Amino acid sequence: MNILQIAWKNIRQNPATSILGILLTAFGTGILCVLLLTSHQIEEQLDNNSRGIDLVVGAKGSPIQLILSSIYHMDNPTGNISLAEAQKLAANPMVKLAVPLSLGDNYRGHRIVGTDSTFLQLYGLEFDGGRLWQTDFEAVIGAEVARKHGLKIGDTIYGAHGLSSEGHTHDEHPYTITGILKPGHQVVDRLIISNLASIWRMHGDHTNDEPHDHAAEQGHEHDVEGVEEHEHHHGEHHDHDHAENHEPAGTDGHQSPAAEHPALVKSMMGDIGSGEREITSMLIQYRNPAAIGMFPRLVNQHSSMQAASPALESARLFSLLGIGIDSLQVLAYVIMFMAALSVFISLYNALKSRKYDLAVMRTLGASQGKLFGIVIAEGILLTFVGAIAGIVVGHTALYIIGASTDGTTTFVEAFALLPQEAGLIAIGVAIGFVAAVIPAAKAYRTSISHTLAGN
Amino acid sequence: MTQQDLLTSVASLSGITHRYPGGETLRFADLNVSAGQHTLILGNSGSGKTTLLHILSGLLKPQAGSVQIDGQELYQLSSRRLDAYRGQRIGLIFQEAHLVKSLTVRENLQIAQGFAGTRVDNSRIQEVLTLLELDHKAHSYPSKLSRGQIQRAAIARAVVNHPAILVADEPTASLDDRNTERVLDLLFAQATQHGATLIIATHDKRVKTHFAHTYQVGGAA
Repeated sequence: MNILQIAWKNIRQNPATSILGILLTAFGTGILCVLLLTSHQIEEQLDNNSRGIDLVVGAKGSPIQLILSSIYHMDNPTGNISLAEAQKLAANPMVKLAVPLSLGDNYRGHRIVGTDSTFLQLYGLEFDGGRLWQTDFEAVIGAEVARKHGLKIGDTIYGAHGLSSEGHTHDEHPYTITGILKPGHQVVDRLIISNLASIWRMHGDHTNDEPHDHAAEQGHEHDVEGVEEHEHHHGEHHDHDHAENHEPAGTDGHQSPAAEHPALVKSMMGDIGSGEREITSMLIQYRNPAAIGMFPRLVNQHSSMQAASPALESARLFSLLGIGIDSLQVLAYVIMFMAALSVFISLYNALKSRKYDLAVMRTLGASQGKLFGIVIAEGILLTFVGAIAGIVVGHTALYIIGASTDGTTTFVEAFALLPQEAGLIAIGVAIGFVAAVIPAAKAYRTSISHTLAGN
Repeated sequence: MTQQDLLTSVASLSGITHRYPGGETLRFADLNVSAGQHTLILGNSGSGKTTLLHILSGLLKPQAGSVQIDGQELYQLSSRRLDAYRGQRIGLIFQEAHLVKSLTVRENLQIAQGFAGTRVDNSRIQEVLTLLELDHKAHSYPSKLSRGQIQRAAIARAVVNHPAILVADEPTASLDDRNTERVLDLLFAQATQHGATLIIATHDKRVKTHFAHTYQVGGAA
């Protein structure tokens, strides 16, 4: 029997006090573990998901809300902005990439985002299978959406109005899935992406698809882009349309007929490109860092829209969260301190009843160091078991939280282990050691002769 | 003392004085126990029998004098080596037989082997327990044993390492005549069986008749 086995046997001898110590350590470690995981993962997600996005332009309101709704797809949008006005901004030479977003529908909690193919370019997305949409009501879905709902290419889904899963279902227009994206992007994995026209049509006229102006709408997203290009060609010349030209898939095929039939384009522009067309927001990537200082001011002062920087706003958001995290951390440390105290008291009290046991061990040949080691081992075992339990509790809690807040807002992977968690266990072990030092020293100093003689 | 005496002597005390914390100093007469010469240490309560046993067992360092057990000068060993030596060569039995509560009978014997620095030998444990009719209780905790069984288990633990001397402090103090007889028989049998020399401290006159070699503490010393 080694020191650990003897210590473990002793812990089992006093289950009540041992469990108290283990529980307190588990609670403290559990809270710290949850904080560690969430803050780490949120920070990582904030960084990852806003990578490449320098600015979000949207309706005036809370900049954090704009960032949350447009990049993280968590909050409600601030409102709508005019497409024409957004396109004017997109044409600015400081802009390398401008991605329009139109929100408003969901499929079982997954947001349906109306955009164009620059979205894929901005996020560097690749297809796991299938292709980009080519007409209205074709959609590309994120890997998580496909996995969770068992969707395949060719399946049809019905969007529902609103951003949460309850809402009026748009029974009239099912989306056909034409592509599934490769996983790896926390937010996009949980999105459904389609063209802008699908969103507009969904919320415009719900009646027939075919007749009059709707026939033009059915000219779909690529036509809209075609329109944009034409606008640009006729107006100032700059690089924006090159960015647009990078689009993969069917664009080229559609571009030439559009160019060949300016009249047709014009007529559609009159309809789609009108001032009535609105989008939710626009994600912007700058051409060079010089724009950081100038472009937001340009938006905020010379348009009815607001510009929000993801870097600034997520830092601000995180500092707000930080207050909560700090206070929870203090609570966790208080609990850990109580755990240490409880372990100390239980070991110290047990010493009285165990004095004779310890003396007998000495007569059997155990050195003073061995007794010291046994008591220390007991303290460490209690808090070690507590710390392990705490980490299990922490991960389980996160899993439960993650499972109950379904949908696009799931940020945290419950079962990812961080290297810092080894640090939590080390803290637990250290607490056990500190709590056990005084009782262990007492065990070390106990005079066998006095104890056995009963005085 | 000749070389021959040293070889056959398993325990010897010479020139021992002990000072109690209160300041009282006690001198003990010299003692020499040869191998197999079971010895009785007599004395009234409070005469210092227990103190002498502790000095003899390496539990209490005397102020002056030499203690040799099986040819080893005890208090010249480092504290650690003294503990290990005690575990290997000295078997101790107390008035109140005491097993470690959190461990089974078998585990109590295992720690005796482990602490003494010898290999845990389960067949030896089995052998000792069988001799003391405790083999069926090997996996019981002390709280599930009768008093007699606890005492036998304590004896088993004391002899498991083949000690040179088996030291017992008032093993019969709280026993009736019949049980006193049984325990003494047991101790003699075990000491003989495992090649140990028995040293018993008692004020119990019933024990006296069993011993040829006695040593008086206090008064007559």
